[in-house]
Amino acid sequence: MSCWDTIADYGLRSLGHGERLLPRSDFTLCQQFTLIGSGMIWNIYFGTLALISGFVLATAVAMGKAARNPWLRKPAEWFVFVFRGSPLFIQFFFAYFLFLSLKSTYPVFSPLTAAALGALIVLFLNTAAYSAEIFYGALQSIPKGDIEAADAYGMSGWSRFRRVIWPTMLRLGWPAYTNEAIFLFHATTLVFFSGFPTIKQKGDALYYASYFADKTFNPFIPYPILAFYFILLTLAVIFLFGRVNARLNRHLPQETRSRIRLRPQLIR
Amino acid sequence: MFSYCTDPGTLEGLTWLSCYLTTGKHQSIYWAVGTVLLLLAITAPTALLFGFGGASAARSRFAPLSWFGKIYISVVRGVPDIAFFLFFVIALDQAFEWVRHKVKCPDWDQEVWQGNDFVVCAEAKLPLGNAAQWVHETYGFFLAVLTFAIVFGAFAANVLYGAMQAVPRAQIETAEAYGMSNRQAFWRILVPQMWVYALPGLSNLWMVLIKATPLLFLLGVEDIVYWARELGGSKTAQFTDYPHPDWRMWYFAALLIFYLGFTRVSEIVLDKIMRRLTKGQATMAGEAQRKAAA
Repeated sequence: MSCWDTIADYGLRSLGHGERLLPRSDFTLCQQFTLIGSGMIWNIYFGTLALISGFVLATAVAMGKAARNPWLRKPAEWFVFVFRGSPLFIQFFFAYFLFLSLKSTYPVFSPLTAAALGALIVLFLNTAAYSAEIFYGALQSIPKGDIEAADAYGMSGWSRFRRVIWPTMLRLGWPAYTNEAIFLFHATTLVFFSGFPTIKQKGDALYYASYFADKTFNPFIPYPILAFYFILLTLAVIFLFGRVNARLNRHLPQETRSRIRLRPQLIR
Repeated sequence: MFSYCTDPGTLEGLTWLSCYLTTGKHQSIYWAVGTVLLLLAITAPTALLFGFGGASAARSRFAPLSWFGKIYISVVRGVPDIAFFLFFVIALDQAFEWVRHKVKCPDWDQEVWQGNDFVVCAEAKLPLGNAAQWVHETYGFFLAVLTFAIVFGAFAANVLYGAMQAVPRAQIETAEAYGMSNRQAFWRILVPQMWVYALPGLSNLWMVLIKATPLLFLLGVEDIVYWARELGGSKTAQFTDYPHPDWRMWYFAALLIFYLGFTRVSEIVLDKIMRRLTKGQATMAGEAQRKAAA
């Protein structure tokens, strides 16, 4: 069997297409590359959707945390504290069993017990909390002069937010936000190792990597392959966010532009 | 536990709960909290040691050593850490068994890797096949500690490397001007001064380490996550005196609150330490403290 056949059989295995049975013996390098790569579809799915939806909520929570009204501020502070102060791993477990008991009373909630939606919600709330903290910090460090200038131009309310505060907040927070995006993608590997079950062995990249490591008793091949894929993904994220960063900074002189520096922020 | 717990079927409300929460199985989850704290207590200094080694290696003038240090630090950046945990536990176990195999059974004629199997002679097994249960558990815990120390050592190395770079260059130059050797300048000037710069990073690392402890579950240690799943699952009257439906949600809610409390307490304590350390330092925070007092 050539490698192309393997790719045809297993390329979309993580979505349930192609060969039903996973390879059981005589594992080839091609099979491992294909299946682990196929699992990356889930990592990209979780990461991208959580990042996009989380961005919106994060902006709202950051504004709430900076608000003077305690009815807005307190809930935002608690939201950030709960999701940043506890391990994501436990959050996944808790959410899964919460959804499970919701499902037993109201069948409407049954889609939530599947990883595709339930885990996405957890990741969305989690990244919203982490990003909100970043944006809140950026909001606090907006130069006073910028806001005074906006006032002098007669801007207020929405137009001041839209034209001055929001772009500046994004620009200042962007390097840290890039790191957050990278580590959100890394965090997606936890999904199938917490409560959420895989259905018909449709798992993510780490699920297949650990499948191979368990079957072959040889961790030295599947995990480096996984690492290879994740390094590619990390580079792609850095490239895309770098483009956005360049656009956010386009009005500044070359030397004062903030550069993205990768900092390890690790597990959440 | 209590004298009134002999017939749980007749109990109600809080009395029932007090009996339920003190059953033998629940004692295990309380011990598991101890396991987590023990892991933290052992891992934190070990990781710091690994980190110190990594950072000093990365600064070394001897190129291969410096490459080794830099690769050790940077390899953790691009890859999900949970992959490291899963990888190191198997890899370390195999490495130990392989070394023992080479030492104890030199005239073994079969391959160690036979297709899908990793086969070493019986004397090289770790722990030995006939060892007691607690030996297996301790060995598993030891592997977990080593894995945590390697992964977090890399993070600590990154923090300490940055702190060593942050010590003003003039300090080292002054040490050289006084005729100190490289080694003396490192131990007498650089190391005592770097801690102020390293502390914010290290306290961040401590928070992360706390939040990483549930991953023990993935390494096969019977920790709080394991027991929360075990105890929370629905129990019928056939098998236990305390039948209850699926309560895993409440167990994990309790774990969530435990971790939130733990991080909050650490935050407060680390804040206090930082305030004490910045006192009298020539940094912005120290300056602000001085002004506030005056």
